[in-house]
Amino acid sequence: MSIMQRGAPAEPAAASRSSAPVSSTGRREAGEPVVELTGVSKVYGTSRAPLLALDNVSLSVAEGEFVCLIGASGCGKSTMLSLVAGLDTPTSGQISTGGKRVTLMFQEPALFPWLTSARNVELALRARGVPKQQRRTRAAELLQAVHLGGFGGKRPHELSGGMRQRVAMARALAQDADVLLMDEPFGALDAMTRDLLHDELDRICAERALTVLFVTHNVREAARLGDRVILLSSRPGRVIEEVKVDIEHPRRIDSPEIAEIGAHLTDRLREEMASHVR
Amino acid sequence: MSADTQVNSLVGLDNLELAPQPGREFLRGTSVKVLGGLWPKVLAIVIVLGLWELVYVANVKPHDIFPGPATVLPNLWTQANHSLLWQAIGTTLRRAVTGFALALVIGSIVGALVSRIKVLRAAVGSLITGLQTMPSIAWFPFAIIFFGLNTSAILFVIVLGAAPSIANGLIAGVDYTPPVLLRAGKTMGLRGLALYRHLILPASLPTFVAGLKQGWAFAWRSLMAGELLVIIAGTSSIGVLLSNDQNQADMPSAMAIMIVILVLGIGVDALFGTVDRTIRRRRGLADPAVGR
Repeated sequence: MSIMQRGAPAEPAAASRSSAPVSSTGRREAGEPVVELTGVSKVYGTSRAPLLALDNVSLSVAEGEFVCLIGASGCGKSTMLSLVAGLDTPTSGQISTGGKRVTLMFQEPALFPWLTSARNVELALRARGVPKQQRRTRAAELLQAVHLGGFGGKRPHELSGGMRQRVAMARALAQDADVLLMDEPFGALDAMTRDLLHDELDRICAERALTVLFVTHNVREAARLGDRVILLSSRPGRVIEEVKVDIEHPRRIDSPEIAEIGAHLTDRLREEMASHVR
Repeated sequence: MSADTQVNSLVGLDNLELAPQPGREFLRGTSVKVLGGLWPKVLAIVIVLGLWELVYVANVKPHDIFPGPATVLPNLWTQANHSLLWQAIGTTLRRAVTGFALALVIGSIVGALVSRIKVLRAAVGSLITGLQTMPSIAWFPFAIIFFGLNTSAILFVIVLGAAPSIANGLIAGVDYTPPVLLRAGKTMGLRGLALYRHLILPASLPTFVAGLKQGWAFAWRSLMAGELLVIIAGTSSIGVLLSNDQNQADMPSAMAIMIVILVLGIGVDALFGTVDRTIRRRRGLADPAVGR
């Protein structure tokens, strides 16, 4: 399988490609490393019963790169995102985001139910210090960017799950972050909606040159979206494999190439799960 | 698939998902809904009046000790045509509003402090709940000796009755701010006072309003007890009217006043209920078709 590069150490995309800002695949080319984890470990619990969530994890995500993290339960994927977002601190090791602005999206849209979609987006702008007179126009533009131009006046509960997640995306974009951390953002959506949102995310990332670290349980989703897929072991979480996905954009989740990578990821995950038989 | 088709299918799916779902709401107009909500209440009143009349005609007690609706309702009508009842209602409601407003201010301040400061919570958290369980009438001897027989004694007991519920409502609201919203707020960069203003306070509003509603019930009970115990010379209040009727053994008038108390209590409670429902509906917390 030439499209895969197994067991490679964490390293940014090959330097030879970084000269061109936009590749033939339509996605902006990867550049300097933005997110770097060096020997990161995280221990939870008491000193008597410590739980090692992450064990000596090193990885780096280059500017403009889309990296998917995949693993079974207890691999510390969500822990890793919290650490990168700065909501938690590692027990040992270093995390650097190169001074870039980082934002986080969850499986739940986590919109404020008392505000309309537009106000939700405006609040993120306000928290960033955008002057009042600019907020309304900016929010409208951001909602338009996720194709929700006409729904600014709707409250979250009046929207469908997929629409809420797009408002959450507009809110994340309002934070003007360079790095987008996504924790199973489409996990609660039906396959049809998810499929359309993959296209949306692809387009938005290409337009805005976002660097993305994307956690998922879904092997095909990982292969569909990622430039690279990183497999993590469970309890503790370690990097066990990296798969480079060299498939041109636009991609389709039901294409044979994606299915092939998906099958490989599934096999590796099953091996990993089987190793936990007691 | 071209980019246009992708966008079109996305927007088309949005329209499909937001299209009105066929259901019973479709046929019901506003007037039908109001009438639909009204008839069970009317029926309940008719049943109560019927039972009352039944007990009356059964001659359980002499008719001057237990009058029937045919005596009490005309009595109520007569009293309603005199200014005395309206003056009394005015005095009582003024006290209720003053006492409740004081309780609101004090309860909110205490609630805000306790929810923010850990030491304070450990110290007085359970004390507030304890105060809530204490029957407010037990405070009157203290209040009458401390303030004398005047409005301050009544207001004091109203505040003690209502403020703990209001404080607890706020504390519970702050405590139960959904963690996922807190994470989202922090990710957005909301910190300190801004976090409170834009996230924690709005998130706790429904629980706070529930606390207000409960606080009102306690305030109203405390007020009625207070007006029966603290009779201030020269003022008429609902409690004074009721007390006078007791002294003159005027059962029809006493029962008429009791109806007034019931109606006022239900009226204010319905007001809080409307506010509560409006907030919930705006947040998608309750189906607007139920709970009327």
